[in-house]
Amino acid sequence: MSAETLARWQFAITTVYHFIIVPLTIGLSLLVAGFQTAAHRTGRKHWDDAARFYGKLLLVSFAIGVATGIVQEFQFGMNWSEYSRFVGDVFGAPLAMEGLVAFFLESTFLGLWIFGRDRLPPRLHLLSIQLVAVGTVASAYFILAANSWMQHPVGYRFNPETGRAELTSIWALLTNSTQLVTFPHTVLAAGMTGGAVVLGISAWHVRRGGGEHRAMHLQTLRVSAAVVLVCGALVSAVGHVQGQVMTDQQPMKMAAAEALWRTTDHAPFSLFAIGDVSRGENKVDVTIPDGLSILADNDPAATVEGVVDVQADAVARFGPGSYVPVVWLAYWCFRLMIGFGVLAALLALVVLVQSGRHRLEDSPRLLRLAVWGALLPFAANSAGWLFTETARQPWLVYGVLRTADGVSVGPGSGHVLATLVGFTLLYAGLGLVAVRLFLRIGKQGPVEPDQPDADPWLHPGHGDDGSSGAPLEPALVD
Amino acid sequence: MLPEFWFGTIAVLWAGFVLLEGFDFGVGLLLPVLSRDEIDRRIVLRTIGPHWDGNEVWLLVAGGATFAAFPEWYATVFSGFYLPLALILLGLIVRGVCIEYRHKVGTAKERLWCDRGVTAGSLLPAVLLGVALSNWVRGVRMDEGFHMTDSFWQLVSPYALLGGLTTLLLFTFHGAVFVSLRTTDELRDRALGWARRLGPPTVLAAAGWLLWSLALRGSATALGLAAVIALAAVGAVLASRAGREGRAFLGTALASLLVPIFVFACTYPDVLPGRGTPGLSIDAATSSPYTLKVMTVVALVVTPVVLAYEAWTYWVFRQRLTRPPVTAAQLTSA
Repeated sequence: MSAETLARWQFAITTVYHFIIVPLTIGLSLLVAGFQTAAHRTGRKHWDDAARFYGKLLLVSFAIGVATGIVQEFQFGMNWSEYSRFVGDVFGAPLAMEGLVAFFLESTFLGLWIFGRDRLPPRLHLLSIQLVAVGTVASAYFILAANSWMQHPVGYRFNPETGRAELTSIWALLTNSTQLVTFPHTVLAAGMTGGAVVLGISAWHVRRGGGEHRAMHLQTLRVSAAVVLVCGALVSAVGHVQGQVMTDQQPMKMAAAEALWRTTDHAPFSLFAIGDVSRGENKVDVTIPDGLSILADNDPAATVEGVVDVQADAVARFGPGSYVPVVWLAYWCFRLMIGFGVLAALLALVVLVQSGRHRLEDSPRLLRLAVWGALLPFAANSAGWLFTETARQPWLVYGVLRTADGVSVGPGSGHVLATLVGFTLLYAGLGLVAVRLFLRIGKQGPVEPDQPDADPWLHPGHGDDGSSGAPLEPALVD
Repeated sequence: MLPEFWFGTIAVLWAGFVLLEGFDFGVGLLLPVLSRDEIDRRIVLRTIGPHWDGNEVWLLVAGGATFAAFPEWYATVFSGFYLPLALILLGLIVRGVCIEYRHKVGTAKERLWCDRGVTAGSLLPAVLLGVALSNWVRGVRMDEGFHMTDSFWQLVSPYALLGGLTTLLLFTFHGAVFVSLRTTDELRDRALGWARRLGPPTVLAAAGWLLWSLALRGSATALGLAAVIALAAVGAVLASRAGREGRAFLGTALASLLVPIFVFACTYPDVLPGRGTPGLSIDAATSSPYTLKVMTVVALVVTPVVLAYEAWTYWVFRQRLTRPPVTAAQLTSA
């Protein structure tokens, strides 16, 4: 395999993996901040228990997000050095801002939050987790602004003297129309992800009675179901706008998402097709009449461009070559993203209805379903991420730089293969460890801070008194 | 003017990273020898617990700032130092996850594996950073498009290995002093003992590496910085021998943070000198004036805030950590 193919696989594997974790971290940090805020406002113990319990799970996910995020920061230079040379003037700015504004904020205040429980006034301790949540969302803003620029480059010009893209307006980059729909779409999806995980864990405990923390689990079950439902409704509303922006900016992506080969008015939305979608030969094709036209332009009669015609346009604009992404992948990822997301929202709706009728106890199957439902947003996130990145191909920066032209010149395929295998194995190992840990902590449920199972990280010699937490003495610095 | 400012800013970001993460690496390296039991290990790791992640961000921001301010530099260095960088990343990933998971895993055996991960994950970057910084001073072979043509083994010269040994010793010394500053009683004494043992070889290795660097690519500024590094290291040795860990920490901190500044002073006005080929200069690598202006405004507004809250966390957790009265039964139940 060529270094380019290997570098693409490496980027795909490390980035998809990173994006399994990150929405969970964002979602959980928002929820934990919410729980602790509720505890502070109401003074009710079960909110505090929820904040501690889900805070532990947040740390499991955060550690993997941080570890895999380091690779993201340097992979552009390692495997995509020609891309970095060409776009660094534009693309580097949001990346550097992400580090300076968001990474410092989240990591520093997470440390304060973990270790400061007994050292900070409650208000400052609360502020710490709130700032962690702000940091994760700010991080998402900057990195999505960078990605949106790759989808729809704005605020730059090509400088023939230096032979590279140069920033002309940071404001245009940060308020890119693509970004303004991508950011809410992604953060809302992260809310669904965190919500579905809390919902799943709560359902697991409620189905088993919940023990002394039953009230807490019932509370988080209802709240998380509401979060999943509200975020799910909003994510599809934003996604609808996003689809129109995409149709306008990257017509090939929408055409591929629909495996729509010929430009059509009254275009139907294909729900499910059997056959070879990549050749437009569908044996079974369940469609919603006019659906795609409405999706693309809010008008049942609207004309939607097909793959063949967009390809012809692209050849006229950019010269000979294929501008068609992997159509079956785009087609199915688009459907799976929507499908899994809708299922998660429906599940949350049923849980809310049953909960409102006080019938949860009689619905063990629903609760069991809700446990597995925690996986739905992850599947939707991965499908959406694969869709938006692969359906941009062959472009790395849409209409500006091809993926083949962005790959590093220096490192040979042996080097790239070595790191591809190394990172994949490492990530697989970390994934196993993290999932086991997550399940163990999740099943264990909340632990009182003075119990032997409390975090020894915080209580190096737990069991002494438990009230003051860590055994510390006043400073002895000379 | 602005390109030079950013060259200096990136030097400062590296200095911050080496100063702060330097003792994190040292703590990880010393974890097996400083601790007599599980409680010791918990205390040793807790000295960096609230800080290590924030300390690592200095490296990420140095990388991001290089990307934004000097794309050619970022592209050349990270694709050129491909395997060493991959190994540094491997070390950082393993180390970070092991620090965070050590206290969440269930069994003593799993904790032991995490401890090994922390130490191995500290060793790799501690050595390879010195190797990489040495190669910046020594210069690298590049074609006219600034693609490095050195192979992995060409980067591992005797000079670069001495650089790796220097950072390894310096970080370990720095870490020992840091632990002695953050603990009490036996743990503090043991850490001071290690500081006393590590001090002299650190000074020797550093002196050799500094002289060799100056012979390769000296300048008046670099010479001055080398003298300050040497003095600070000697001061740290004397202070640790006198049992004054506060002063010793000032010495190791100053020596550590000046190492990247020294390297940058050696390579100036190149960001990456060539070896037999033209080097990559600040002017050739820089971003457009507009991008630098934007980044400067952001940095000037945000950096003071970051420095303030980072300093505040060190203030919040300023107390020394000490062993609680604990019984054997409580320990085994953990």
